[in-house]
Amino acid sequence: MSMEDLYQEIILDHYRKPKNRAPELADEAVHVHHSNPLCGDEMDLRIRVVDDRLDAVVFDGEGCSISQASASAMTQAAVGRELKDALDLAEDFRRMMHGDDPARPDDLGDGIAFTGVAKFPVRVKCALLGWMALRDAIQTFERGASAHTVTHEE
Amino acid sequence: MAIDVAAVRRSLPILDRELDGHRLVYLDSAASSLTPEPVLDAMDRYYRWSRSNVNRGVYPLAEEATDLYEGARTVLAGFLDADPTGVVFTKNATEACNLLAYGYVRAHLGPDDVLLSTVMEHHANLVPFTQAAAAVGAEVRHVPITPDGLLDLDAAAELLADGRVTFAAFVHVSNVLGTINDVPRLTRMVRDANDRAVVHVDGAQAAPHLPVSFRDLGIDSYAITGHKMLGPTGIGALVARPELLERMEPFLTGGDMIRDVTLTGATWNDVPHKFEAGTPMIAEAAGLAAAVGLLEGYGMAAVRAHERELTAQLLDALGTVAGVTVHGPKDVDLRGGAVSFALDGIHPHDVGAMLGSRGVCVRVGHHCTKPLMRCLDVAATTRASSYVYNDVDDLEPLVDGLEAAAAFFAR
Ligand SMILES: Cc1ncc(COP(=O)(O)O)c(C=O)c1O
Repeated sequence: MSMEDLYQEIILDHYRKPKNRAPELADEAVHVHHSNPLCGDEMDLRIRVVDDRLDAVVFDGEGCSISQASASAMTQAAVGRELKDALDLAEDFRRMMHGDDPARPDDLGDGIAFTGVAKFPVRVKCALLGWMALRDAIQTFERGASAHTVTHEE
Repeated sequence: MAIDVAAVRRSLPILDRELDGHRLVYLDSAASSLTPEPVLDAMDRYYRWSRSNVNRGVYPLAEEATDLYEGARTVLAGFLDADPTGVVFTKNATEACNLLAYGYVRAHLGPDDVLLSTVMEHHANLVPFTQAAAAVGAEVRHVPITPDGLLDLDAAAELLADGRVTFAAFVHVSNVLGTINDVPRLTRMVRDANDRAVVHVDGAQAAPHLPVSFRDLGIDSYAITGHKMLGPTGIGALVARPELLERMEPFLTGGDMIRDVTLTGATWNDVPHKFEAGTPMIAEAAGLAAAVGLLEGYGMAAVRAHERELTAQLLDALGTVAGVTVHGPKDVDLRGGAVSFALDGIHPHDVGAMLGSRGVCVRVGHHCTKPLMRCLDVAATTRASSYVYNDVDDLEPLVDGLEAAAAFFAR
């Protein structure tokens, strides 16, 4: 298992210079906190919604390079999308992590660089953390709530 | 006599493996040790030559199997300086702790009792007892650690002061910090505070690496696990004073553990058999006995001396890597060979992935010690741990890998 299979250059770029990383978001609609107790990854995700669209998505947290880079790539791919569309994209990413070919490779943007992570089962949940937080944030918004905390078991 | 590492390595074909062109460097013995060929041979011989059940048949083969199994009990008792009547074979250390939690704590303690534990326990020596305490309504108190990773015995004295602690369970050697706890001293403190107290010690990381005398420790029971001491998986033991076993209720019931059975009830076999229901792990017992034979052949003082020196070298080597912080005691007289550390700014998963890609096997994660991780204020650590087959040549690939990780993940 080579380092390059797992850590594509794009992944390292997001890890070194994360996009949309911020501890706060003005006019946030929802704040979710997700954690992976097994690895100790922690993720705060905030979304702002305007006219049923993700107007802004920011994350903050601690964890391995895969979890942080994946969240960064996720924010870029998600911003500007309609909520329903973003949920669909998150599902596409989830399926990709379980070995399926993505249906929307172009829309996943840099997220596509994480294909190789599917070959490293213990790291899949790291790559999924940001995307699952996004899905939860949108569903929390649709329920009319503004915050939610989720602990991912193995 | 010093350990002939080259000879030990020759009995481990797994060390000839190459992973992506890298020599296998196994630094994860605190998770599980490698298994030398004499141990495999002992198990193989049982299956090929003496295969039958124990304690049942009257034919010679069955007697051989029984001798193998009961012989292993005697061998293990000798190794740990304990009474064979007090040795109960279990699946692993975790089951040994559960056996005690069910057979003693749940059966005999109540709301007036207090259990003493520590913040450095492996979940195996924590969860069975916190669950048992909750079931009987007993309180649990936890000895904290000092900044250098030792048990805070002053704090322990305070926790013991009201004399209500009637059961204590703590670890001999920490699987994360490497700390060797002063078992006789803490045991005396517990008993001085309450002379009826039962003291249990988790020896999973101690028995493989240190000379251990159960008698001299002065405790009531001790848990060990075979797969960390050159033995096979699937066998461990609760080593106890026979008097304690006598007072315990059975944990698992069924065949072999009974004296007589009626349609509505049963009476129990003598200890230790009362706690060994059903067909036991016969091959594994033979393997464990062979592993103990190897360790006795090296001499546990020599094993300890080897690891003490290698740990000193490991700590020095880690000291050369920028950004490494070692958790736990720095004094090799106070610690065993499991060394956890942080590499500044880099998550242990990433460190472990880099090392793994270079054939270096270390453990990353919380090491089944979540409360301790919270005390250290980390989510996870990277842990390198050594044994009799490691030598100084294994340290260079580790250091190189850490430097490669630091460069690769630099921001
Ligand atoms: C200190 C300590 N106690 C208990 C255990 C549990 O051993 P086992 O998993 O073999 O039951 C371990 C092993 O990880 C350990 O390191």
